Amino acid sequence: MPLGRFSTLLTAAMFAAGLTASARAESVLTVAMTAGDIPVTTGNPDQGFEGFRFVGYNLYDALALWDLSSFDKASDIKPGLATSWEIDPNNKRRWIFHLRQGVKFHDGCAFTADDVVWNMARVTDPKAPQYFTQQMALSRAYTTNFDSIEKIDDYTVAINTKVVESIFPYSMSYILMISRCKAEALKYDWNAYANDPSGTGPYRFGRMVPHERLELLPNKAYWDPKRVPKQDRVVLLPMPEAATRAAALMTGQVNFIEAPSPDTIPRLKAAGMQIVTNTYPHNWPFILNFVKGPMTDIRVRRAANYALNRAEFVELLNGMAIESYATMPPSSPWYGHPVRYEYNPEKAKALLKEAGCLPCKLTLAISTSGSGQMQPLPMNELLKSQLEAVGFQIDFKVMDWNSLIEIARSGVPKYPDIDGYNGSRALLDPMSALIKPIWKFHWSPAGANWGHFEDPEAEELVSKVLNEFDAEKRTALLIKLNELHADRALMIFVVHDVNPRALSPKLKGFVQAQNWFQDLTPIEVMP
Amino acid sequence: MINIFLRRLMYAVPIAFGVSVVCFSLVYLAPGDPLQTILPADASADTIAMVKAAYGFDQPLPIQFLKWLGRVMVGDFGQSIATRRPVILEVSGALYNTSVLALFAVPIAFSSGFSMGAIAGCFPGKWIDRILTGSAVLGVSLPNYWFGIVLVIFFAVEAMVLPATGMGANGSDQFSVLRWSDAQYLVLPVITLSMVPIGIIARTTRAAVAEVMNQDFVITLRAKGLSEAAVIRHVLKNALPQVLAVMGLQFGYLMGGSILVETVFTWPGSGFLLSKAIINRDVPVLQGTILMLALIFVATNLLVDLLQSWIDPRIRRT
Repeated sequence: MPLGRFSTLLTAAMFAAGLTASARAESVLTVAMTAGDIPVTTGNPDQGFEGFRFVGYNLYDALALWDLSSFDKASDIKPGLATSWEIDPNNKRRWIFHLRQGVKFHDGCAFTADDVVWNMARVTDPKAPQYFTQQMALSRAYTTNFDSIEKIDDYTVAINTKVVESIFPYSMSYILMISRCKAEALKYDWNAYANDPSGTGPYRFGRMVPHERLELLPNKAYWDPKRVPKQDRVVLLPMPEAATRAAALMTGQVNFIEAPSPDTIPRLKAAGMQIVTNTYPHNWPFILNFVKGPMTDIRVRRAANYALNRAEFVELLNGMAIESYATMPPSSPWYGHPVRYEYNPEKAKALLKEAGCLPCKLTLAISTSGSGQMQPLPMNELLKSQLEAVGFQIDFKVMDWNSLIEIARSGVPKYPDIDGYNGSRALLDPMSALIKPIWKFHWSPAGANWGHFEDPEAEELVSKVLNEFDAEKRTALLIKLNELHADRALMIFVVHDVNPRALSPKLKGFVQAQNWFQDLTPIEVMP
Repeated sequence: MINIFLRRLMYAVPIAFGVSVVCFSLVYLAPGDPLQTILPADASADTIAMVKAAYGFDQPLPIQFLKWLGRVMVGDFGQSIATRRPVILEVSGALYNTSVLALFAVPIAFSSGFSMGAIAGCFPGKWIDRILTGSAVLGVSLPNYWFGIVLVIFFAVEAMVLPATGMGANGSDQFSVLRWSDAQYLVLPVITLSMVPIGIIARTTRAAVAEVMNQDFVITLRAKGLSEAAVIRHVLKNALPQVLAVMGLQFGYLMGGSILVETVFTWPGSGFLLSKAIINRDVPVLQGTILMLALIFVATNLLVDLLQSWIDPRIRRT
C-alpha cells in the first residue's frame, strides 16, 4: 500500500476512533426544568424545591440529607455532612451534630466544624462579614428556631434552639453548606461566587449561561462512593412552557423533562418515552378561613369534602393523581386511619341544610398556574361544578401565582372575606406538613396557619410531638395529628400529585423517590 | 432637518419621563410581592419586613422612585433581585438576543408585508387582492404562540428538521448566525414572530395604496401618459409615510420581542426576560426592561418622524 494512502487511512481511523471515544465520553443528561430561570447557585437556591432538587442538593450537601434511594419506601432524612446527631441529655434545646471526616469541598478545602459555624452565621448573623441577605431570606423558614451554634471540636458542633423541638434535624436538611475558602478567596463577592461556586455535593459547577443553562460536572471524589454520578455532564435548562418541554424531549434536545402535562403523556408514551410517577408528600387542597364566613362551621367544611367526587379529578388528570382524604398521602408513615370523606352528595346537602347555609356562598382564591399547582384552571372548574351541585355557590378570585402567594402570606387578617385559597403544599417534614397549618403559634402573618385555626386538642398534640424524642412514639403522635386534620376538615382535600416525569428511553437507572427531591447520580445515558 | 430633529427630541424627553413614572407605578400597582422569588411561600411577617428593609422596599414609593430615577440618570438600573446581576447587563444581553431575531424578522416582515399590501392595493377587489388581504388577516388573527407550537409540531417533532427550542446548541454565549447548527434555531421563532407584522403592514399598505390610487394626481399622471410602473412608483412614494409610521411601531414590537413567542421557543430575549421578571416580580429588572423598551419605541418614532419628513416635504411644513 502506498504510504500516502496508508496515512490517509490511518488518519481516518484515528478520526473515527476519536469520534467514538468522544461520543462515549459525552454522556450528557439534559434536564428541562419547569423553573423559569436558573436557580441561584450561592447556597440555598430559589425556584422552590425544584431549585433544591436540581441545583441545591447537587452542588451542596446539608448536615442531614434526604434518602432518595428507594421507590417503595417513604423518604426520610439520613446522615449527610453529619454522620449522627443527638439531643443533649441535660438540655433539650441543645443538639450535638457529629460531622463527617475526610470530606472536601470542590475547591479542595477540608470540611470541618468551622465551616458549619461560618455557614450558620452567613444566614443568621447580620454582623458577620459573610452575612448574605438573599441567603438569609432563602433559609429563613428553616432557621426560625435556631438560636446559636458552638464548635465543640473540629468535627463536632452543638446547635442551641430557641424552644424545644424534637424534629429540629429536619430543619438542618435545608441549610446547605458552601465553601468558606472560596467565599473568602473571592472576598465575599457573591456575584463572583455564583459563577464559581464550591460545595461538597456530588456535582461540581461546570459553566452557566445566565437564564439559559447550567452545566454540572461529576465530583469524582464525592464522599459517598455510591452517589458518584454516572454521567459526564448534567445540563439544566429552564423551560417553563409544558408544550415546549414535551417537544424538546421528542426532538432529542433534552432527555429528561419535569411535569409533562397529562394530555401529552399518551403521545410521549407512544413515542417510546418512559413516564415515571410515584406518590410523594404533596397535596392540592383548599386552605380555609376559620375566622369569618361559612368555613368556620365544621359542618360546611365536611359538606365541601363530601361533595367532591375525587375519582373524576384523577380521570381529568389522565390518572396522574391520587385521591386525597387527609393532609398526608396514604404512603406516608404519618397517615394512620383518617376519616374518609367518600363522595356522598346527599350527606353534603344534609350537612349544608343542618348548618343553615343554602346557598352556601364561598369566595375562593385560585391561581392560573404555579409551583405544584398542577392544572389549576380545569381542576377548579370541576371543583366548582361539584360543589355547586350540592348547594354551594362559588365565586372564584382568579389571579397569578405571585398574587396568590401574597394572599397566602398575609393570611386572614388582611383577607377576611376570602373563605379559602387553593395552594398546593409540600409535606416533607412534620413541621411544614402537619404542625404549621394547625398550630396557633403559626397564625398568619407570623406563620403558615393561614386561616387562624385553633383547637385545644391540636395544641396539646403539637406540644407532645415537639417534646417527644423517641422516633417511634413521635410517629404515633404525628399519625394522630394527621387524623385530627382530617376529622376537623382542616382543608378541602382534593388530590395528591404523582409527580410525572418523562425520560428518553436511553436513560437507565433513575429511581423516583417518594420525595420532592430526586437523585440524578445513578442515571446512565446509553448511546 | 436639524430643527425638526431638535424639536422632536425635545418632545421625546417628557415622553421618556412619563414612561418612567408610569412603568414605576404600574409595577407597584400590580398585586404581589417583589421579594417573592427569594422568600419562601410561607414566610412570616417579620421575615418579610427584614428582607424588605434590606432591599430598600420599606421606604415610601416617591422616595424609591426618586432614588431609582437618580440612579437611572447615571446608567445604574440596579440589581436583579433574583440573580443579583446588574440590570443593565440583564437587559442589554436580552436585547441583543432579541435583536438577533429582529435582524431576520424585520426584513422578512417589512418586505413581505409591504409587497403584499402594495400588490393588493394596486388591484383592489380583484382575486389577488382577496387572497393577499385574506392572508394578512390570517397573519394578524392567528395567535402567534399557537402558530409557534404548530410549527414546532410539524417541523421539529414530526419532520425533525429543525430544533424546537433554545438559542443554539450550547447557549446564546456561543451562538453564531454563520453556523447552520446554530442558525437553524432562528428559523421557527423568526417565522412565528414575523406573522403579525406582515399582516399589519400588508393591511396598512393596502389601505394607503388604495387611497392614493383614487386621488386626482394619479389620473393626471395617467393622462400625461406615464407608464403604469411609473404611476405605481409615485403612488407608493405617497403611501410610504403612512406605512412608515406603522413599520416604526412594528419595529418596536419586534425589538421588544414577543413574550409569548420567546417563551414558547425559550429564546433568551427581552420578551422572555420580561415574562420572568413579571412572574417573579423582579421589580428592578421589570422597570429596567420596560424603560429600555419604551426608549426604543420613542427613538424609533423619532426616526420615523424624521424619515417621513425627508420623504414627504409636506410633513416638514406642518
